[in-house]
Amino acid sequence: MNKISGIIKALRLSVILLLMMFATSTVLLAQHHSNEANEDWEEEVEEAEFRAGDMIIEHITDAYEWHIISLGETHVSIPLPVILYDQGEWLVFMSGKLHHGHEAYKGYFVSHKDFNSGKLVRLDAEGHEVRPDLDISITKNVLAIFLSMIIMMIVFISVANTYKKRKGQAPKGLQSFIEPIIIFIRDDVAKASIGEKKYERYLPFLLTIFFFILLNNLLGIIPLFPGGANVTGNIGVTGVMALFVFIITTFSGNKAYWTHIFNAPGVPWWLKLPVPLMPVVELMGVFTKPFVLMVRLFANISAGHIIILGFVSLIFIFGQIAEGLGYGVSIVSVGFSIFMYFLELLVAFIQAYVFTLLSALYFGMATEEHH
Amino acid sequence: MSLINPGFGLIIWMTIALLIVLFVLKKYAWKPIMEALKEREEGIDNSLRAAEKAHEEMKNLKLDNEQLLKEAKEERDAILREGRKIKDRIIDDAKLQASQEASNIVESAKERIEHEKKAAIVEIKNIIADQAITIDEKVLREEFKDKAKQKEYVQTLLKETNLN
Repeated sequence: MNKISGIIKALRLSVILLLMMFATSTVLLAQHHSNEANEDWEEEVEEAEFRAGDMIIEHITDAYEWHIISLGETHVSIPLPVILYDQGEWLVFMSGKLHHGHEAYKGYFVSHKDFNSGKLVRLDAEGHEVRPDLDISITKNVLAIFLSMIIMMIVFISVANTYKKRKGQAPKGLQSFIEPIIIFIRDDVAKASIGEKKYERYLPFLLTIFFFILLNNLLGIIPLFPGGANVTGNIGVTGVMALFVFIITTFSGNKAYWTHIFNAPGVPWWLKLPVPLMPVVELMGVFTKPFVLMVRLFANISAGHIIILGFVSLIFIFGQIAEGLGYGVSIVSVGFSIFMYFLELLVAFIQAYVFTLLSALYFGMATEEHH
Repeated sequence: MSLINPGFGLIIWMTIALLIVLFVLKKYAWKPIMEALKEREEGIDNSLRAAEKAHEEMKNLKLDNEQLLKEAKEERDAILREGRKIKDRIIDDAKLQASQEASNIVESAKERIEHEKKAAIVEIKNIIADQAITIDEKVLREEFKDKAKQKEYVQTLLKETNLN
C-alpha cells in the first residue's frame, strides 16, 4: 500500500515538474519572433493569405512542437525533443531550432509537400525530400499520449487505493464516478461479448483501451494545452490499438475459430474446394476487422475536428473578403461550432464504447466454444 | 494525404506507452478494483441471502410458535377433559362403593338382627321351657301331695295302656 502511494506521489511530482518545464520554455519562446528580416516580401504576402485546408490539416496532424497560441507574429508553443537516426548517426535537438517549421536545422526541415507534409525531411542528392531512416521524436501526440497515460495511472491507482481503504463500503468521490463505467464495461461489454468464463483475461485490456480512447477524445476537443492534441484522430495511434486487438484475437483464437475461417461449417463445398472463395473471404475478414477499427476511430474523431475547424475557418475566409462579413459569419459559425462540440462530446463516448465493444466481440468470437 | 501517413516514432512510443500502462494498470489498478468489486458484490449478495434466510426462519419460528401454542391448548383441553372424566369416574365409583358399603352394612345388620332375634327366641324358648318345667314341677308337686290320688292316676294310666 505504501509502495503504491509512493508511486502515485512520484507520478504527481513528475507531472508537476513536466508542466513547470514546459511553462518556462514557453515563456522563453514567447519572446522569440518568427518574423525574420531576410524573408521575402512576396512570400510574406502569400503566407498572410488564409488557407483553410492547410490550417485544418496543420491542426489535426502531429507536430514537432506543441503550439498553444499565436498573437500576431508571436507564436507561443512548447518545443519538444526531436530524435532522429539518419545516415548512421543519432541527432537529438529541441524543435525550437526549427523556428516553428520555418527554418532548417542541419539540413532537416518540416515538409510542406503532400504525403510527408508536417514531417521532418531532408533533401537527397537529387533534390527530393526524403524522410530520415528513423524518426522517434517526442512529438505533440507522443507527449499527449504520455500525459494521458500518466493521468490514467494516477487516477486509477488512486481509485484502486480507495477501494483498498474502503473495503466493502459504498463508493465515494472519484471512485463513484469511475465505478459505474468500470461495471458497465465489465458487465455489458466484456461479460456480454466474451462470456462469463473467459472475460476476466481480456478485461484489463478493454478497460485500458476504453479509458485511453475516452480520455484522449475528451482532451482532443479541449483546444488548449494539455488538450488539443488529436491523439485518437491519428491513424498511427488507432493503428497501434487495432494491432493490439488483432494480436490478442489471433493468439487467443481456438480451434473452432480457425475452423470457422478455413472450413466454415454449413457452407456448400463448391465455395471452398476448387477455388477457396470462402476461406479467402474469411481470412480477409481477420485483417479487415482491426483495420476497420483503426479507420473508424481515426475518421470519426478527425472528421469532428475538421468540421469544427471548417466552421471557424469560414469566419476568416469571409473576413478576408470584407471585415464586416467575417463578423457576421462568426455568429453562425460559433453557433454551429458549439453544436459540433456537443456532438463531439457524444462521439467521444460513443467511439470509445464502440471500439471497446467491437474488440470484446472479436475476442469473444476467437474464444467461443464450438456449438 | 499526410493525415493517413502515420509517424513511425509515434507508433513506437504509443506501443511502448500502451504496454507500460496496460501492465501497470493491470497490476495496480484493475486487479484490486475488480477484486474489491467482486468482494463487495459477493458481500451484498450474501447479506441479502442471509436476510432472506433470517426472514424465512422467523416465519418458521412464528409458525412453530403457533403450532406449539395450538398443541399446548389442545393438550390443556385434553388434560382438562381427562380430569373431568376422572373426577366423574371417581365420584361414580365413590357413590357406587358407598352404596355398596351401605347395603353391605344393612345386610350384615339385618343378618345380625336375625341372628340376635333367633338367639333371643331360643333364649326365650329356654326361659319359657324352664318356667314351664318349674311350673309343671310345682303343679305336679301340688297334684301328687296325697298318695290316694297318685294311685288312682296310675290306675287310669295303666288302664289306658293296654298291654298288647
